[in-house]
Order: sequence, then structure tokens, then C-alpha cells
Amino acid sequence: MRRYSLPLIIIALFVLTIGGSWLGILDSYIQLVLLYIGINVILTVSLNLVNGYMGEFSCGHAGFMAVGAYVAGILTVWLFAEDKVFGAPVLPIGWAFPLFPITLVIGSIAAALVGLLVAIPSFRTRGDYLAIITLAVNYMVKSSIENMEVIGGPRGFVGMKRVMNAMGDVLDAPWLLIWTFVGIFATIVIIRNFISSTLGKGVEAIREDEIAAEIMGVNTRRTKVAAFMLSCGLAGLAGGLFAHWPGGYINPLMFTFLRSTEVMVMVYLGGMGSITGSIISAILFTLLLELLRPLGVFKWVVIPLLLIVMMLRRPQGIMGSRELTDVFPRLRAFLQPDKEVEGYAPASD
Amino acid sequence: MPLLQTSGLTHFFGGLRAVYDFSLSLEEGELLGLIGPNGAGKTTIFNLICGVYRPMEGQILFNGTNLIGYRPHQVTATGIGRTFQNIRLWNQLTVLDNVKIAHYSKVKYGIVDSVLRSRRCRREEAEIEKRAIELLDIFGVASYAHELARNLPYGEQRRVEIARALAAEPRLLLLDEPAAGMNPGEIDQLLELIQWLRKEFSLTVWIIEHQMQVIMSICERIQVIDFGETIAEGTPAEIQANPRVIEAYLGKEVG
Repeated sequence: MRRYSLPLIIIALFVLTIGGSWLGILDSYIQLVLLYIGINVILTVSLNLVNGYMGEFSCGHAGFMAVGAYVAGILTVWLFAEDKVFGAPVLPIGWAFPLFPITLVIGSIAAALVGLLVAIPSFRTRGDYLAIITLAVNYMVKSSIENMEVIGGPRGFVGMKRVMNAMGDVLDAPWLLIWTFVGIFATIVIIRNFISSTLGKGVEAIREDEIAAEIMGVNTRRTKVAAFMLSCGLAGLAGGLFAHWPGGYINPLMFTFLRSTEVMVMVYLGGMGSITGSIISAILFTLLLELLRPLGVFKWVVIPLLLIVMMLRRPQGIMGSRELTDVFPRLRAFLQPDKEVEGYAPASD
Repeated sequence: MPLLQTSGLTHFFGGLRAVYDFSLSLEEGELLGLIGPNGAGKTTIFNLICGVYRPMEGQILFNGTNLIGYRPHQVTATGIGRTFQNIRLWNQLTVLDNVKIAHYSKVKYGIVDSVLRSRRCRREEAEIEKRAIELLDIFGVASYAHELARNLPYGEQRRVEIARALAAEPRLLLLDEPAAGMNPGEIDQLLELIQWLRKEFSLTVWIIEHQMQVIMSICERIQVIDFGETIAEGTPAEIQANPRVIEAYLGKEVG
């Protein structure tokens, strides 16, 4: 029975959130917050691969998110909705159910390819330089979109709401939340699998000592490009999901450097090189933003203050580089009883 | 055919002549020592061989392959392992991970396999884990497997580094001052270990060392360099009697 504890927890969470939304127990506001949490978890866990595990400093995550958002959004609108630019829907709405996740994947691939364009020339440089390049790319993506009148330019792109509504008319279910749930699951599995394989662990060797990594046989260039593309692709997935939020529109201002900063804050808050840390901090940070909403503008005084206190008191973030299962060995025993519990060997920070 | 052959290897750092016209022929199974005063260019020679720097002139032939222009990880894949003068373990990773990552050049599955954790990936990972633990066992550091590398005592870190260098199954092992910072007891153990490794893994060993008793007791052949140039070559006894070597280390006799 305990063998299935982890899958059971995931299924329970799925039933709770999706079932609750479907039956209307969770109102639309809570559903929106759940969506935000999901998107932030994907963004944070994926950025953690580059900024935490690899120790590089990418600060243009929102740019890659924008690529995924626009590509997926345009695709679904072109395929399934009546639109001023693209005309009548190409396919009947029934096709949307199998094709929706595929459009998300295409958005991710587009974002990963933009990541590749950035990675190839910029990984000869390190540290500060990559930060400046990714920052520049963030602005380039944003201003490119602003200058493309076909897709709305600075006014933004609309029409995704019509797709989601049409899907809901055929079969009423919280489709976006379902795919967000799947997206979170996929992101966590992908990053965890990568980082626990020898190929992926090369990423951590690069963080610790890049020259030693290269001499010991790690193909550092390939590893860096792969990690960066993986991270950007998953940001694109988050973007694709975000494009279909109930507001029904996206505009370039949603993907500014400030959005990238927010993701970085969540990464450092959760702890660099900790997946569970990223998940916890994405949840806490999103909830905090919502809870402090009554404060209005003063929210942006209180939250940075909290961050400053946090960084002074616990600079390694909530989890440091440890996972929840490292902190609670019993939890590991509970979740993976088939694996023998190894000696408790924590990072002494 | 020699295992490693270099000819006319030359490298400058700006105006500084680090290595000049360095030639060497290393037979399979040999244990060669490389000595020289501080700053003579010993580590630079290792770095040229490993592909960290690209030599300005000269040839490097390893096992018949021309290594010029190879990137360091490609050099490693051809069968050259090395350790560093100042230990360069990945400190925040566990000892086991240190040795596992060094199997990188042996990995045959691709990135897609690793992301999906395919059967092929799992099978290879299980094998790598097994081999890594075997290596740690050989070096007597298996009990530290899940400890962070930086928490190990100095001597043990040296051992882990050698274990890591052997992970890629090299034919040639470059040891850069392995006895640095060790006490006489640890040095004796190290010497035994090197002799044993050489037999067990049928390795060719090339060793840089400052401690004369190390180099004199295990090397059959020693090469001495000063200011990037080879000044002497021969058996330990010949080297000890060579006036140019004495001059390089102690200076010229006055009078």
C-alpha cells in the first residue's frame, strides 16, 4: 500500500483541485489563484535548473515565457476560433481537446529554440555576461511583439477566451487547470529526471568547477545548451498556459523584466538547487501576493521588506540546496519505501 | 609505437615562455616523473596535453591520435585521466556524485533518455552507480560516499580525486603533485597505491612531484625542466648526479 503513497497524494491533489473547480466548490477566484500558483511553480522550477543547479544567472525568463504564450495562443486562436486576423476556425472545436496540449508543446519548442539562439553565442561567456545577454533578449522579445501589429502589437493579443469558452460549451470542465496540473507534473518529473542522471549532474559539476568538469569528461558546452533549452522550453510551457487564462488576453507588458525578476525572487527564496524549495516558494509567494492585495500599492513595500529580512536571516533560501526528503528522512521512507533510507547526510550550511 | 608522443611543444603566456620545444616519448606501462623548480612549466605541460590550452606549436600524439584541437572532454574520452595540484573536487556534491559524474564520457544514452528516464538510461545509471561504488571501495573511501566532498580530510580528498580520474577508464594517468601537503606516513601509502594502481589497471603514469623521495623512489625515468625547457632526462641516479639539475635547483657554485 505504501508503495503507492506518492501517486495517491498526486491523485488526491488532482481530485481536490480539479474536482473542486469542476463542481464549483472552489470559486473562480480560487481557481485563478490555483492557475497562478501552477504557472509560477513551472517557471520557478525551470529557472532553478539554470540559476540554481547550474549556477548561471539568466534573468530573461519572462521573454521565453512570452514566446511560448504567443505561439500557443496564436495557434489555438487560428485553429479553433473566429478571429479578425485569422478568419474562420480552421478545425472544428472537437479537435481542440486532443490538440490543445500539442499547441502547448509547440509553444515550448518555440521557446526552447529561442533559448538555443541565445545559448550558442552566449555560453562562451559566463556569469554577469549571460545575465546581461538574457536581460537584453527579454527586452528584444518584448519590443518585437510590440512592433508586430498583426498580433496586436502593444495592445496585446485576444481570442484565447473564445477557444476556452468553446471548449467549455462542448464539455464543461476546468480544462486549463487540468493541463496546468499536467504541466506542473511534467516539469517536475523532467527536471528531476535530468538532474538525477549522470548527464544532468554535469550541470552541477559546472557550477562547482567548470574547468575540472570539462577535464573530467563532461561536455560542458552541450550540457549548458541542453539545460538552458530545457529551462526555456518549460518557461514556454508556462507561457502557453498563461495565454489561456480567464482574462483572455496577453500583452507585451505582462512579460517585462519585472516578471523575470519575480521568478528569480521565487528561485532564490526557495533555495538554489532545490525542486521542493522552488515549489514551496512559488506557492507561498503567489499566496502572499494575493493575501496582501488589500494593502494596495503598499504590497510592494511589504513584500520586498520581507525578502530583505529573509535574505539577511536565511540567505540560502527556505530549503537551501536540500529537498524536503533530505530534511525529513522519514518522508523519504514513506514516499520511496523500496529505496533503502541512506544515512542522513545533510549539507551543513 | 609510444603511447604518448609530443614533439616541439611550445606555448607562451603573453611574453612569458611557459613551455619551449618540449618533446617526450612515453611507452605503454612506463612510470615517468616530471620535475623542475617552481614555475618551470610542469602544470602547463599537463594542461597542453589535456587540451586546456592549445599549444602554439608542436604535436601531441596519443595512441596514434593527434590531440591538437581536441577539447578537454574529448581528450579524456581518448583515455587520459588526471588529478590537480590543488584538489579540484566538486565540493558541494557528494563523493559518490563526484565519481559518477566522471563517468560522463562513458554515457551512451542521450539527453532525451535522461529526461524521460528511459530503460536504457536506468540500466546505464545502475551500472555507473555500481562502478562508482566499486572505485570508492578500492580507494577505501566508500564509507564517505554520501558525504559532501569538501567535508573529507585532505588525504581522503586526494584519494577521491584519483578515483574520479580513473572513472573514465584512462590508459594514461597524469598526477599533478599527488603528495603535496601529505605527511610521510600518507606519502608511503600513496606510493604503494600508485604502484598497485599501475599494475591493477595496467596504467601508464606520468607524475609531477616536488617531493624528491617520492619521485626518486618510484620513477624509472625522470625528466627535468626549467624555464619551459628540458634540461635533463634519465634514471633517478643520473638525475641526482646531473650538474645542470643541481644548478637549476640550488644555483651555480660560486668560486
